[in-house]
Amino acid sequence: MKKRLSGRAAGPTNWFLYLGAAITLVMAALTVLGCFWTPYDPGAMDSLSKALPPCPAHWMGTDNFGRDIFSRALQGMGATLFISLCVVAISGAAGTAIGAVTGYFGGWGDEILMRICDAITAFPSILLALVILAILGPGKWNVIGVLGILFIPSFARVARGEFARCRTLNYVKSARLMGAGPWRIMVRHILPNTAPVLLPAVSIGFNNAVLAEASMSFLGIGVGPADASLGRMLSDGQSYLLRGLPWYALCVGGTIVLLILGFSLLGEGLQRRKPAF
Amino acid sequence: MKYLIKKLCTLIITLFILSLLAFSAFSIIGDPAASMLGTNATPEQVAQLRHELGFDRPLLVQYGDWLSGFLRGDMGTSYSYSLPVSGMVLEKLPTTFVLTLMALALNVAAAIPLGIAAARYAGGLFDRVVTVLNQVIMSIPPFFTGILLTCLFGLVFRLFTPGAFVSYAENPWGFLGYLFFPALSIAAPRTAMTVKLLRSSILEQLGQDYIRTAYSRGSSRTMALWGHALRNALIPVITFTAVSVAEMVAGSIVVEQVFSVPGIGRLLLASISSRDFPVVQAIVVILALWVAAVNLLADVLYQYADPRIRLS
Repeated sequence: MKKRLSGRAAGPTNWFLYLGAAITLVMAALTVLGCFWTPYDPGAMDSLSKALPPCPAHWMGTDNFGRDIFSRALQGMGATLFISLCVVAISGAAGTAIGAVTGYFGGWGDEILMRICDAITAFPSILLALVILAILGPGKWNVIGVLGILFIPSFARVARGEFARCRTLNYVKSARLMGAGPWRIMVRHILPNTAPVLLPAVSIGFNNAVLAEASMSFLGIGVGPADASLGRMLSDGQSYLLRGLPWYALCVGGTIVLLILGFSLLGEGLQRRKPAF
Repeated sequence: MKYLIKKLCTLIITLFILSLLAFSAFSIIGDPAASMLGTNATPEQVAQLRHELGFDRPLLVQYGDWLSGFLRGDMGTSYSYSLPVSGMVLEKLPTTFVLTLMALALNVAAAIPLGIAAARYAGGLFDRVVTVLNQVIMSIPPFFTGILLTCLFGLVFRLFTPGAFVSYAENPWGFLGYLFFPALSIAAPRTAMTVKLLRSSILEQLGQDYIRTAYSRGSSRTMALWGHALRNALIPVITFTAVSVAEMVAGSIVVEQVFSVPGIGRLLLASISSRDFPVVQAIVVILALWVAAVNLLADVLYQYADPRIRLS
């Protein structure tokens, strides 16, 4: 009875959802913490503790300048997550709006926009982003802008499908009969019902944004040296891999993996959630 | 046939628009004359060079010129090396091509048996292990897989020397051996995704009415899977594999950097950082052609696997 009240069918425990949410929450909490407090000053070079392996005082060890890697990783995570948040906000808002309008109204505008989306998605987004950044030059805001635009199709496609499906459902017809205008129907009636489909898309969007930002910064085409994101740290770490500092790259890379894993488990868990009806 | 011709036309139009966009973007933003002469050049000198190189002509004329050159195999001249771009690109292309091909082979060879086995024993221990591993491997970016493999097989087991690339001319087997770990790094996340897709695709097919009919005619689960469900289940996997190839081409650009493989990705990155736009432009168009060709191939295979498309 309790299960029916909560509106969800009985099923096996959704470990993906719980584990993903737990990892994401811990990483987010650490990031927020890193904005206010880090165990050491991330930029401080301590000549007495150069190139230390992980130990209780330095959880991820120190780099060749004696900087605490854990403190730097906390800050790098902040930079990476800030960029991802902006990217998902831009592409999610724009993609949902475009998908809503084209899906609800249909017609030739729908056809043209979907062909454009197809053309963009046919080409790997990292490659496109690389080339556009080659023209614009590197930098945090350029990365956000480019990825924000390139991720629009993924949201637009999901939103379009849902709006096109809901357009013919009875509750929308009833709303229309009661005199609701198309905008009101889209925002007040259909949009809340797209949550089961849009939430996983947002989570997967975060997953892809972290991956894309890390890849580009790893290649040195993403953020500038001022905001050291995780990808940039990893490319620093890689150059010390063969010089006896393997923990640098491994710890930073492990942080990236945990971030992506959290989002991908969360997305998978949200998709597996059984719908209420 | 009609379907293929339609696809081919769309493809040519897409490539045309893409190359036009790439061309105009690079021409408008990267003024080569100014950057070639350096900061001491007078405006007259810049104008003179622009005239010599033909950059003062209308953009469409320049594009037409470039396109006809490209089709004849002349991709212009590199700004930084003053060498023909076609030679520079063609020298690097085979390495990346072999790398991607190897990644594709690994991807298909691993994903299809694993996907089938996971679906055949769905819900069992093997299936659960595969599902969990999938989720983890999907979350490891190819460049980090590369770093992990370098650490494990390069530094601990010493199976290869990190950074010591063996060219094909020196030693063909050494060349393939060196490319194995980069190919594995590129293939790993895509393989995990393919296994997941194939598994759910088979399970979806096994729940269809025609499978129930097959059971009622006395077919076993194995027979139903191999004889009926698999062919239908592979259709979405073909489309996905085409996307995978495109992603693996992009992945190779990143992974070449990790393993210092002198392929087209390193050339692209070097050209981007030295703002050598003719090279970047040529690579972009070649990679677009490559991706488009793979998509076309997938469409052909798709038709073969699903006669409904061919007949409609």
